[in-house]
Amino acid sequence: MPEILERNIHSHSLLHASAPVHLPDRVEPKRLHTEEMVLNIGPQHPSTHGVLRLEVVLDGEVVVDVIPHIGYLHRCFEKHAENLTYPQVLPYVDRMDYIAAMSGEHGYVTAVERLLYIEVPEKVEYIRVLFAELQRIASHLIAIGTFGMDSGAFTPFLYCFRDRETILEMFEKTCGARFLYNYMWVGGLSHDLHPDVLPMCRDFLKKSRATHQEINDLLTFNHIFVERTAGIGVLDREVAINGGASGPMLRSCGVKWDIRKDDPYSIYDRFEWEVAIGSSDRGEPGDSFNRHWVRMQEWEQSLNIIEQILEQFPRQDATDVQSAIPKRLKPPEGEIYSRTETPRGELGYYIVSNGDVKPWRVKVRSPAFSNLSLLPLLSRGYLVADLIVILGSIDIVLGEVDR
Amino acid sequence: MGFLDHMELPVLPTDKTGEGNVIVTSLDTLFNWSRLSSLWQMSFGLACCAIEMMSTAAAHYDMMRFGVIPRPSPRQSDVIIISGTVTLKMASRVKMLYEQMADPKYVISMGNCSNCGGPYWEYGYHVLRGVDRVIPVDVYIPGCPPRPEALLEGLMKLQEKVRAQGKDIEFTE
Amino acid sequence: MEQLGIIERLQSAFGETLGVWHASNSESAYARRMGSFFQVSDPARLLELAFFLRDEPALAFDSLLLLSSVDHGDGSLSVVYHLESTVYRHQIVLKITRPMAQARVPSVTSVWSHANWQEREAWDMMGIRFEGHPDHRRILLEEDYPGHPLRKYFKEPDFYHGMKVPN
Ligand code: SF4
Repeated sequence: MPEILERNIHSHSLLHASAPVHLPDRVEPKRLHTEEMVLNIGPQHPSTHGVLRLEVVLDGEVVVDVIPHIGYLHRCFEKHAENLTYPQVLPYVDRMDYIAAMSGEHGYVTAVERLLYIEVPEKVEYIRVLFAELQRIASHLIAIGTFGMDSGAFTPFLYCFRDRETILEMFEKTCGARFLYNYMWVGGLSHDLHPDVLPMCRDFLKKSRATHQEINDLLTFNHIFVERTAGIGVLDREVAINGGASGPMLRSCGVKWDIRKDDPYSIYDRFEWEVAIGSSDRGEPGDSFNRHWVRMQEWEQSLNIIEQILEQFPRQDATDVQSAIPKRLKPPEGEIYSRTETPRGELGYYIVSNGDVKPWRVKVRSPAFSNLSLLPLLSRGYLVADLIVILGSIDIVLGEVDR
Repeated sequence: MGFLDHMELPVLPTDKTGEGNVIVTSLDTLFNWSRLSSLWQMSFGLACCAIEMMSTAAAHYDMMRFGVIPRPSPRQSDVIIISGTVTLKMASRVKMLYEQMADPKYVISMGNCSNCGGPYWEYGYHVLRGVDRVIPVDVYIPGCPPRPEALLEGLMKLQEKVRAQGKDIEFTE
Repeated sequence: MEQLGIIERLQSAFGETLGVWHASNSESAYARRMGSFFQVSDPARLLELAFFLRDEPALAFDSLLLLSSVDHGDGSLSVVYHLESTVYRHQIVLKITRPMAQARVPSVTSVWSHANWQEREAWDMMGIRFEGHPDHRRILLEEDYPGHPLRKYFKEPDFYHGMKVPN
């Protein structure tokens, strides 16, 4: 028997220690002598989604341990926030989670508005939620596309980017920027909605449902893809809660927890939609496939929300979107922890104010940071190739991990 | 943009059959032409600008029509696009990547961050104010982030620069 | 459970001297809920308190939302714990303040594993030691970076590994 085959059987038996390994009768499984090896992945590596470095301890091809090294993109957000006034912090918020800048902005302005106790006009809320949901789809599109790439499928990436361009076009029409917007201001918005956006949205709804179907056919239910992802990197429900997982990562374990429903902000309580959770139809709850599957479902739910926004949108409302913006932004002394649901999970801002125009301290609970900290736990005992799939399924944005 | 448009020496008249064509040119022109039409780029993203670089590489803007193909290894690539904020922790790695590339190599600095520190210019205690403090840069692209069109323009500027290499022609803006 | 009820429960278990409740007087209900905090006076009892909060069936704080650190600018540092129960959906905020010279608190990594990286970050940025942490290293900056940058009087180095840092 060739040695390579023997090796594979050996690593297979390591993986599924409880499962009986069917060996041909003649072959005696020989314990191969293996040595632990350290493999360095990153910081420049196409599948680390940016500048993440993984120190992987391997036994043959089996991952024994992973030590993530982060901080290669630490851009000192919290120091900047202490040195700038509340509205000036916004552009930096954009640059933190750069794939879902609108969602990040929504979180920050909600936090400051809660600290100041400002009521914003209804129309502003509608535009905010519309854009936050569009952004959620755009972000999930990137997550799905790159996850496809990580598991060996290139085509979905192109489809996803094509659709994302449509969303970016809507944002661009309204506020002039393609993906770092500085659009949601504390108490209002920088521009009113462009008149073309609502019709474009309606168009997009139709097209996006078709793409959703397409991606499902191409990727989600593709046998190779399911084989590659189902049952890989299983996260336990209790471990997830204890370890601070949130967003699709937590929901894929079967926990119905979504800040939009469980601690509602903005006007999310006006819409009918379902919280997507992982199931055991394919794979098992908490595995890589279900993380992808939750994203696919959330995409659909976001489309439902957008549909309802289009129905309810106050078209006749001529309120100036800047009418509630305070002239001088000076919150009272105090502190607050405010959280919102971004595509990656629970984004929290802990703001301490000492009654000045600048915040005394801003600390960010970054969902990607917390989710990434579970990577060593998820990937022990799988193969190196699975490690890349697991990392892709977590959907990290290094800007947010490192801040 | 064809090769024949940029001949310095007259092209010999060809016969009607198309066989036995002879092109006379200088070796420099030929080399430069081949270099500029297949600028392999190192697929290396740093921060937000990298997302714009990805958009440029995807179907809508399609960077490949300029012969720019992403390569995952520095040893196979001709141009490195520094797309994003270079932090102090990353700077030595960027330098090492640059040193691993084979000559001739080019550097495009994409976005304000790698040009000069960008928005992190003032309080960024962990941000390198400009990648040109560690490696030499050929083309700077301003913007935060630069639009994909701007990146394409930057690539074309680099192509012009390569075309003018080793010649008396001054590269002009 | 109401937050005041939680505090009463804690004080009946640990005694009145456990700490002081600082209620926010904001107009919004959200800010009152997420802006009030319980100032724990004795850091030595923190670990015990943390286990109690997590394991007491009526409290069940199974999730640590965020561990943050604050420099008050007057020579004292705080560690802030935002806790939530996914069972009862109640939240509570704990705070511990220490003088800068004795900036060390017990690590709660054994209670909530989420605290692992959060504590490493607090050490990195603010220079707070977490006693009993399994992997007490810096997380974002390099090991040899001088100082803890989020302290208010931090000054960035002129040169770092031969690279000029300020403008
Ligand atoms: S220039 Fe702007 S968009 Fe580019 S990396 Fe820097 S902050 Fe991000």
